Amino acid sequence: MTGTKSKFAEFAHYFRHNWGLYLLVLPVVVYFIIFLYWPMYGVLIAFKDFVPSAGIWGSEWVGFHHFTRFFTSLYFSRTLVNTLSISLLTLLFGFPTPIILAIMLNEVRVRWFKNTLQTITYAPHFISTVVMCGMITMFLSPTSGMFNMIREAMGLEAIGFLQNPKYFRTIYVVSEVWQHTGWSSIIYIAALSGIDPTMYEAADVDGATKMQKIWFITLPALVPTIVIMLILNCGSIMSVGFDKAFLLQNDLNRETSEIISTYVYRIGLTGGQYSFSAAVGLFNNVVNCILLIVVNTICSKLGETSLW
Amino acid sequence: MASPIRRSRSDIVFDVVNYTLLTLVFFIIAYPLYFVIIASFSDPYLVTTGQVWFYPRGLNLDAYAKVFAREDIMLGYRNTIIYTFLGTLLNLVMTIIGAYPLSLPGFKGKNLIMMMMMITMFFSGGLIPTYLVYKQIGLINNPLVMIIPGAVSVYNLIIVRTFFQNSIPFELQEAARIDGCNNFQILTRIVVPLSKPILAVMVIFYGVGHWNQFFEGLIYLTNQDLYPLQLILRSLLIVQSDVTSSAAGDAEELARKVMLAESIKYSVIIVSSVPVMILYPFMQKYFVKGVMIGAVKG
Repeated sequence: MTGTKSKFAEFAHYFRHNWGLYLLVLPVVVYFIIFLYWPMYGVLIAFKDFVPSAGIWGSEWVGFHHFTRFFTSLYFSRTLVNTLSISLLTLLFGFPTPIILAIMLNEVRVRWFKNTLQTITYAPHFISTVVMCGMITMFLSPTSGMFNMIREAMGLEAIGFLQNPKYFRTIYVVSEVWQHTGWSSIIYIAALSGIDPTMYEAADVDGATKMQKIWFITLPALVPTIVIMLILNCGSIMSVGFDKAFLLQNDLNRETSEIISTYVYRIGLTGGQYSFSAAVGLFNNVVNCILLIVVNTICSKLGETSLW
Repeated sequence: MASPIRRSRSDIVFDVVNYTLLTLVFFIIAYPLYFVIIASFSDPYLVTTGQVWFYPRGLNLDAYAKVFAREDIMLGYRNTIIYTFLGTLLNLVMTIIGAYPLSLPGFKGKNLIMMMMMITMFFSGGLIPTYLVYKQIGLINNPLVMIIPGAVSVYNLIIVRTFFQNSIPFELQEAARIDGCNNFQILTRIVVPLSKPILAVMVIFYGVGHWNQFFEGLIYLTNQDLYPLQLILRSLLIVQSDVTSSAAGDAEELARKVMLAESIKYSVIIVSSVPVMILYPFMQKYFVKGVMIGAVKG
């Protein structure tokens, strides 16, 4: 029988012999406490009227005041709709493309062709968001951008793509797919390399066509990876990258480009409304967590694959 | 190797469609990159008037000379090199010392520490509370803000831990222990030297991350002398186009200004990406491995 006391004694014994390991891991634990857990405590200001001079604890409690203010404001539906539509569209177009690319590359037997394609398609992933947005701005410029040059050559009028809220989502999603499809396909290519080649050989003997082999061998083999990636992607539905939306944003397209994180930045850091924007940020975070748990639960109910 | 089974008609159609589509994909991805390169070597007037499409025209290096003559770009470049070097070094050390104990079977408290890390992948304090903490510990306008935050990525730590667990025989560590090595010596003399491939992957992931880092600079730095390259790039590539188009003045002057801004845009992109571009071919064989190890963990 092992009680808590003997368990403690066991740990004390282990610690005495392995204190070096704890010393090694200590800086990492301290880092997490200071840089990630301390700010979590700071989330309390979302329920207070934060005054810097009074500190977090000394400020006055206001309960859910900031939340109700956000939920009843004009910006609530706008930022929520923008955040959701950008991320859902990115998911809709950005999720299947790497799978398709991986399957297409898997069918290529010409080595150099496959290698060249992989090298080229992975490359944009390493472009920084700033450069990416710079390229988008230049290519879409109404006066000197290549897209408008082509339009003019076809006799159409030049369009200020980034100055019109109508186009923001398309620009965001298309550039996202352009930049990350290749990189995201690596994980599926890795999964494909694990398929037993004898399965294809058996299918060949049975006279299966390529499409049949893809449908009955390749795709089923990818399902576990697809499910995991889908869960992970759903978990970040509410966390659209701040950088890109922020960099492509201007006063003219704000109607569709203002997402929750850029709103928090504008109201909180630029506008100084700490408590209010902390509440908005917290709302975003909580929805994110709930989504992840829900999607994971659904997936583990449907099959055996789940994150935990 | 020729297949012994005759290719069916539908398979031939499949191959034709597949290769055609992939060739198209190749051009869609490659052309914008290629265009930036040729535009950086071309006469900016020909670029902005849409006369450069497939090869550089009015070949010259003026744009590059202008980029290197600008103090703010060079200062940003220097800052970014420092941030990347120190930041990646810190990342490596922290990831190794965090991953090693967690990779050992029977390390007590492993689950607790893992859980503590995993939670941060799904929940965080958010921008404002984080800002307030950084302010309190004096990180605002401090170059360390570009180095310390993000010192450990949980995802990368798990990849390294998985590598330590699966690719280094535990018997080797046991043998070293019997020979009188302590934990620290086992780590530095056996585990780290045997983990070079995965550590190379970490250098790539963390290093590129630091090189492209923008957010921390934007939020926590106001002193221009501390700006990383990405913030300078932002003012050149994105903000300036708004300023020049709204600046009043006579048309010719305005056109000249636009031209000047336009002329260095492409070359500044190339200059800022050169380190990553040079390393890219070497990186490729490693980063694929890294993603795969991450995938095994699931």
